[in-house]
Amino acid sequence: MSTPAAVAAHQPDSFAFTPDNVAVAEKILARYPVDKRASAVLPLLHLAQRQNANWLPKVAMDHVAGLLGMAPIRVYEVATFYTMFNKEPVGKHLVQVCTTTPCWLRGSDEVLGACKRRLGIGPGETTPDGQFTVVEIECAGACVNAPVVAIGEDYYEDLDGPAMVALLDQLARGETPTPGSQTGRRGSCPATGPTTLTNPPSPSAPADAATGADD
Amino acid sequence: MPKLTIDGTEIEVEAGTSVLQACEQLGIEVPRFCYHERLSVAANCRMCLVEMERSPKPIASCSMPCADGMVIRTNTEQVQRARKGVMELILINHPLDCPICDQGGECDLQDQAVAYGFDRSRYTEEKRSVNDKDFGPLINAEMTRCIHCTRCIRFCEEIAGVSVLGAVGRGTHTEVTTYVGRTIDSELSGNLADVCPVGALTSKPYRFTARPWELRKTETIDVLDAVGSNIRVDTRGGEVMRVLPRLNEDVNEEWISDKTRFACDGLKRQRLDRPYVRRDGRLQPASWDEALAAVATRLAGVAGTRIAGLAGDLVDAEAMVALKDLLQALGSPNMDCRQDGARFDALERVGYLFNTTIAGIEQADAILLIGTNPRIEAPLVNARIRKRYREGGLKVGVIGPQLELTYSYDHLGSGPEVLTALAEGTHPFAAVLKAANRPMLILGAGVLARDDGPALQAAARQVAVTANLVRADWNGFNVLHLAAARVGGLDLGFLPQAGGRDTRGILEGAQAGEIEVVYLLGADEIDASRLGSAFVIYQGHHGDRGAHRADVVLPGAAYTEKNGTYVNTEGRVQRGRMAVFPVGEAREDWKILRALSERLGHRLPYDSLAQVRDRLAAVNPLFAGAENPASALWRPFGQSGVPGSEPFQPPFDTFYMTDPISRASLTMAKCIDAFVPSREGKTGTHG
Repeated sequence: MSTPAAVAAHQPDSFAFTPDNVAVAEKILARYPVDKRASAVLPLLHLAQRQNANWLPKVAMDHVAGLLGMAPIRVYEVATFYTMFNKEPVGKHLVQVCTTTPCWLRGSDEVLGACKRRLGIGPGETTPDGQFTVVEIECAGACVNAPVVAIGEDYYEDLDGPAMVALLDQLARGETPTPGSQTGRRGSCPATGPTTLTNPPSPSAPADAATGADD
Repeated sequence: MPKLTIDGTEIEVEAGTSVLQACEQLGIEVPRFCYHERLSVAANCRMCLVEMERSPKPIASCSMPCADGMVIRTNTEQVQRARKGVMELILINHPLDCPICDQGGECDLQDQAVAYGFDRSRYTEEKRSVNDKDFGPLINAEMTRCIHCTRCIRFCEEIAGVSVLGAVGRGTHTEVTTYVGRTIDSELSGNLADVCPVGALTSKPYRFTARPWELRKTETIDVLDAVGSNIRVDTRGGEVMRVLPRLNEDVNEEWISDKTRFACDGLKRQRLDRPYVRRDGRLQPASWDEALAAVATRLAGVAGTRIAGLAGDLVDAEAMVALKDLLQALGSPNMDCRQDGARFDALERVGYLFNTTIAGIEQADAILLIGTNPRIEAPLVNARIRKRYREGGLKVGVIGPQLELTYSYDHLGSGPEVLTALAEGTHPFAAVLKAANRPMLILGAGVLARDDGPALQAAARQVAVTANLVRADWNGFNVLHLAAARVGGLDLGFLPQAGGRDTRGILEGAQAGEIEVVYLLGADEIDASRLGSAFVIYQGHHGDRGAHRADVVLPGAAYTEKNGTYVNTEGRVQRGRMAVFPVGEAREDWKILRALSERLGHRLPYDSLAQVRDRLAAVNPLFAGAENPASALWRPFGQSGVPGSEPFQPPFDTFYMTDPISRASLTMAKCIDAFVPSREGKTGTHG
């Protein structure tokens, strides 16, 4: 968590939305009544973060505050409340490892350990080449496929140590791994394969399928 | 009107009253930290939990509106357990450093921990600590002690009108802070130390100097602006340790400005603690006897018309009436209490008062500010305007320089031509004023001090007539004075008598040698170089501009050292009380004049404070003791004339140093360094 004391020295001097993003910002602003423009603070901060290599410098927050007519401190309060806003520079790939109870029970320690082995950094650190930042996060909301890692905007699920290393290898090579379960299961189907509806439905007894589903 | 039962007592309250307020009406104490009656309700400390029938959990009474048939209990075991639990939670991260905390002895948390908490802690884990913050020279921040009640954030946002404080981070990492190391740049920031219920925000100058139980408290009146804030002066021995606000809904509510609060260290510096007489071109220490003799010798044989008196900004009415009586006894008609050189028509009281009253601002719906910056000249008037502004539907127009106010306004222009247009009704804002139910204008003292002041006063009156600012039950014509002594002086008629000279006349006369003796009663804001070769007697409490030029210095008492009467800009007569004795050989001012009068052979007919006050009441019955401002009748005033074309200028460069006391204050000097970006030449003077 970034605190004011931690506001980094590597702050850029200025920030302004690119012309493309100005158009996006105008679209976002149009969603809200004129006297409720402050409601656009979250999407605009998000937009600013995307534009600025996935982190929010102070000047970007000032810029958003200026756009919305808000006091800078009010924007700063919002930005520091949400962990999804990065107040310091992060690597090209932001590896967010969920370590909350379900993921932890399913082996998130191993996943985190794999990151450490492969990248040589612990949680909260960035590799010297600026490629990877590893952070621990609280529940990512995908417990059913635990353990889960969010990289950028994609979820990678059903991980273990080797799978995590493979993911990082792919990313390091500049590839984009396929998001979702890394064990090949589809969505959140049972890990051991389907346990119900294993037979094609009988055309003569459509009710069977429905009643038998719970077995 | 909902009717509810609290602890078995039935009470009917106004709709919208919270349960906590209803409890207060019954005299039932409900502990609280975040709730403050002048701030919005946050309901985040949970200390005010009470039991409500049919509610499975205790409710936060500060945010629960009363409803018909509610049954509230405040003293059940469940409530006590809940309070104990909340208290324990709050204390988890609060350092138990009361012995070294300035809030100790007057700390809500300390008191409530004793009253409602456990007698020991069960917490063995590590406590959180927070980095030190620098909020400037006035407020000391020890944010490890913060319990996140957010009162300070709400105060800044709502009352002071500067959004600088906020709560950043979340959960246990929450910190109340300014935006990346900014100071709290507000002229009301000292009140943060009062609203903070713990020792997180305390007064920096007062830090580590005294404990509340060592202090003697004197309720008195502030004189550093014309608002007349009600204050409490805390003293230890002969020393003023601090100044705190006192509740007066009509004047300052429960706030005071930073100058009022923090300039008190100026009372200990640059003081005149003994008489001085100029010998061989240098001021040399003298005894009272020598000093009075020097005055008597010089005055002997001087015609009354060649003597003049000027009263300063911090002078009490008692001293002014004594000087007026003395000058008249000497045959001098030359006197003025307007050392800024203002020449406006002071015959009609309505022409120089803040007639709407400060509390009356809350009813206004259109305000015209003419050549005044209330934020600097009277922060509490400004706070009142902001309070009204926050309710919505207030239109503010400003004539003068662009201002940084705490509410939005229309800038109508910068000079007298706008005023003329408004008086003629041709300016669009005239229609706004006319359409308003409760319109008012505020005329700055700086406007009246101009060469064309009388014409501008008349023009402002014409605006009031054109826009119908004065109605049967409403007087929207207001003058915002800068000096605590001014209205008192005007009410006393400390003005040029028949054939007498005013401030400008006196200075011109002194330069031309037509005035031989000038008596400066605390008058420091005049251009001393224009006193020519006149013999200058300075009576006052600080070695400021007047004393430097003086030939005889008679040491008087500062406002904390005398029983004085002051009339604020509304015309409210208020009595200040002596908190400490005058320093050294200094004396109360009316006594000095009384002693001098005897030397001069014109013994003033009063020997006690009561007799002086009788004399005051005889000069003007308003001084008889009425606390409330007497409403003045709307009569013609002002002198016809053509206003000039020069734009209005602010009377002060800065808020912090405007009088001898604040100029002697180290704290105020630090404020100027911290808050005033460019400091070129002067440091806040009149004119």
